[in-house]
Amino acid sequence: MFSANKPFSMHLDPNAFLPATEEDKQYISRMRPSSTFFKDGCKRLLKNKVATISLILILLITLSSIVLPMVWPYSYDAMLGVRPGKPVDASYNNLAPFTWGKTELKRMEEGEKLFPHIFGTDAHGRDYFIRVVYGTRISLAVGFFASIIVLIIGMTIGAIAGYCGGRVDIIIMRIVDMIYSLPDMLVIILLSVVLGKTLNVENTIFEKIGANIISMFIVFGLLYWVSMARLIRGQILSLREQEYVLSAQATGAKGSWIIRKHLLPNCISVIIISTALQIPNAIFTESFLSFLGLGVNAPMPSLGSLASDALNGITSYTYRLVIPAIVICLIVLSLNLFGDGLRDAFDPKLNA
Amino acid sequence: MSERQNDTLLEVKGLKQYFNINLGFFRSKPLKAVDDVSFSIRRGETLGLVGESGCGKTTVGRSILHLYQPTAGQVIYDGKEINSKESLKEFRKKATMVFQDPYSSLNPRMTVSDIVAEPLDVHHLYSTKQERNDRVLELLGYVGLNSEHASRYAHEFSGGQRQRIGIARALAVNPEFIVCDEPVSALDVSIQAQVINMFDDLQDKLGLTYLFIAHDLLVVRHISDRIAVMYLGKMVELADAEEIYSHPLHPYSQSLLSAVPLPDPKAARANKRIVLNGDIPSPLNAPSGCPFRTRCPHATEACAQSMPPFEEVDKGHFVACHRVREIG
Amino acid sequence: MALLEVKDLHTSFFTDAGEVKAVDGVSFELDRGKVLGIVGESGSGKSVTAYSIMQILAPTGKIVGGSVKLDGTELVGADENILRKVRGNRISIIFQDPMTSLNPTYTIGHQLVEAIRLHTDRNRKQAWDRALEMLQLVNVNEPRRRLKQYPFELSGGMRQRVMIAMALACEPDILIADEPTTALDVTIQAQILELMQDLQKKLGMAIIMITHDLGVVAQLCDEVIVMYAGSICERGTADEIFYTPAHEYTKGLMRSIPRDENNGQRLQPITGTPIDLLNMPKGCPFAPRCDHAMKVCLTERAPRMQVGEAHFSSCWMNVKDAADRGEITVEGGQDHV
Repeated sequence: MFSANKPFSMHLDPNAFLPATEEDKQYISRMRPSSTFFKDGCKRLLKNKVATISLILILLITLSSIVLPMVWPYSYDAMLGVRPGKPVDASYNNLAPFTWGKTELKRMEEGEKLFPHIFGTDAHGRDYFIRVVYGTRISLAVGFFASIIVLIIGMTIGAIAGYCGGRVDIIIMRIVDMIYSLPDMLVIILLSVVLGKTLNVENTIFEKIGANIISMFIVFGLLYWVSMARLIRGQILSLREQEYVLSAQATGAKGSWIIRKHLLPNCISVIIISTALQIPNAIFTESFLSFLGLGVNAPMPSLGSLASDALNGITSYTYRLVIPAIVICLIVLSLNLFGDGLRDAFDPKLNA
Repeated sequence: MSERQNDTLLEVKGLKQYFNINLGFFRSKPLKAVDDVSFSIRRGETLGLVGESGCGKTTVGRSILHLYQPTAGQVIYDGKEINSKESLKEFRKKATMVFQDPYSSLNPRMTVSDIVAEPLDVHHLYSTKQERNDRVLELLGYVGLNSEHASRYAHEFSGGQRQRIGIARALAVNPEFIVCDEPVSALDVSIQAQVINMFDDLQDKLGLTYLFIAHDLLVVRHISDRIAVMYLGKMVELADAEEIYSHPLHPYSQSLLSAVPLPDPKAARANKRIVLNGDIPSPLNAPSGCPFRTRCPHATEACAQSMPPFEEVDKGHFVACHRVREIG
Repeated sequence: MALLEVKDLHTSFFTDAGEVKAVDGVSFELDRGKVLGIVGESGSGKSVTAYSIMQILAPTGKIVGGSVKLDGTELVGADENILRKVRGNRISIIFQDPMTSLNPTYTIGHQLVEAIRLHTDRNRKQAWDRALEMLQLVNVNEPRRRLKQYPFELSGGMRQRVMIAMALACEPDILIADEPTTALDVTIQAQILELMQDLQKKLGMAIIMITHDLGVVAQLCDEVIVMYAGSICERGTADEIFYTPAHEYTKGLMRSIPRDENNGQRLQPITGTPIDLLNMPKGCPFAPRCDHAMKVCLTERAPRMQVGEAHFSSCWMNVKDAADRGEITVEGGQDHV
């Protein structure tokens, strides 16, 4: 800094006072590279170590629950001791981890290489590892589809209530309040019992899944959409006041256009986050119901029913309860942590 | 201004817009946001609408476009009253709006080209993708943006550029009439002038008619041919821009104009401000008679009795004041 | 000695995207009883300058260099106890939105009394009397009743008066007003500006008026600082800034606002868009938008030149003009006669 009270001199390039060209100016005033909300969110998500590890864990568990049953030499419902035309070989029941049944030992002596029963077998001589893997698959599927059902119902109803407002909103929200006030576990158990008895799924594509799971989906669909609907409605109510919605209205756009193009895309982060947090919730409920015997039909396993079955031999075979319990914990914990990470990365209110 | 100066494009007659405000269980009260406002806009002119917050100027703009269903009154566009679904649909292809907030008026999840093309999509105004693209580029060209900007999202732009995008969207349907709702008040001073000039240029090029709503009186004076002043839901004065600046007749207009801080230190020192006492009453408890009487230095008992009529006191100069002849 | 001396102040915000140099080498002095206006657009660093003086920056913001001296006492890096005595006591600040600085759950009187008792050793009764006196000073009607009201019961203009009363209760030497009238209507703004003018005359404190409104500056300020992208472009008396601006940015601003002189004519806007603070150019931050930008503007910051008695400007055009007039010589330069 200097003052120019008295004459002074300075060193400058002779061309310094030539006018700058437009290109010179352009060079320093270019725009930053394009980035979208989604890209920014993903970047923030990947920076979050806990969330990234959780995501990897979820992907690992999901993938292995899909792939492993295809390549595993044992099947989840094959009782290894049962052979057609022969008496039941009891040596296969309740095998300890990494041990084999009598006939298997014989075959190995003959030089055959057999895959170990990593977690041993259960009381009926079924390979326990594959049952856990299969149970994980069922639990994940239930959690995932139940969340989707909740999402679709909750989103539609919430969006309609929020956008239409007025009387429609009041009626829908009173119904939501009523469902909220029901003790949900009681209703779930009652509905599961009733629907499990009355649903007739024989000779349909649902036969294999069993009436219990179908009834579980219905229960989820009927009960758990309310919180999703409330959430979406709240979002839409605040988004509706935005000027871009007014602008679409001034253009003459219909309600369905505004909901599809403007309102839902702007609550997508909230939708994804709460769906991600809904999955562990559903898995938990499924395990709980299966534990009570209201879940999947035998011989199909789920993590809850495996734990429930393990209760019979809890003193001798504690690990059979511990293993599915650990898997449930892992899934629920990593989904929850991942959901939290999603919220941190995508909820603009937090990182404003 | 075009030579068809006296050709009325839009006429508003006795427009009323009340909102019901809930005061608790089963109790509600009408909020008279706009109360019996009448005016007309000539083809090719800019009518400025000024007033302070809560005076109903934004509501007037929105009610004209039927974003709210008017409680009473008529909106007549090009000789046809807007009273049916069909007439409204046609009207919306001719009348559009530019919004105040360059941040909330653009959907953050849409690209610029989708935002600009939305009116085209809604009204099915193109037959091929190529046609849509060409139109979007043409519109962006009008407002000084280019194809490089089309695929970006709104949050990547500065306030001024966002407002340009909003203007391009308003131009998409080839409108004749645009309601500009405080389009420059959220912008920085150096950007304001760019946008104001753009409004001027577009008016010349496309023959547009504006209803220019603003609270910045210097901007309104610059852009408007005529100016209307509103106070608490009522229109209190309407005249040519220069006329209203040199001879404001309504005491509210007088104090409003004198209160403007002039960007000129000598003028500011010389300016004799009429500083009003008190605050603007809530529109929920508007005073009886003339709404301005509680703050008016000239108020008499007569002002509390009845709302003064909105009369033409000079050629093209309308005022609603009982004492206009004594004050003016 | 000047009351407040700010020297080469640098304040940065450290965000995910990088360092934002919000204040980039700001120096100025403020004398007792003067009204100094700081004008600039959003992002010019005018508010951050004020917050840096008070040291009430957001957690991501940090003063990275420079000094702020109040009556010779250094404030940058000073102990929190010293700062607490300065804030509210010697320097007070009022904000754009008074609702955010008033606690909605307490009455006006309660908050005023708390503020007064925090900085003085008055007892409750004396503090209450002082609060009443302050409300009368800022022309609040029915002050006794207002003391018992909650912030939401007051109008915007009334709340701003209460904020001013609270800020002035301890008779500070400096009142920083951060866009105090931006959220208010024109007629209410006139009331508040008039009030501030009266109070300044009555109490004799110095005011730093931060605003984007050139009209407010013209009306209220003795001296004006024009900021752009974190640095000071120009500083001078209000008349100098408005009638003989020296910096190209100030000149552009004066041409682009609608005034009596250019009424009916086309406005001459400043072209381009505001600078991206994350991607600051090396030279003059205004150069990319400047019609008269020269090669040197793009590569080097302009030195501060004295162009009038108390009129300073940092623009290469001033250097060039001075060289053209032969007042300074540029070595290795062209033939400036």
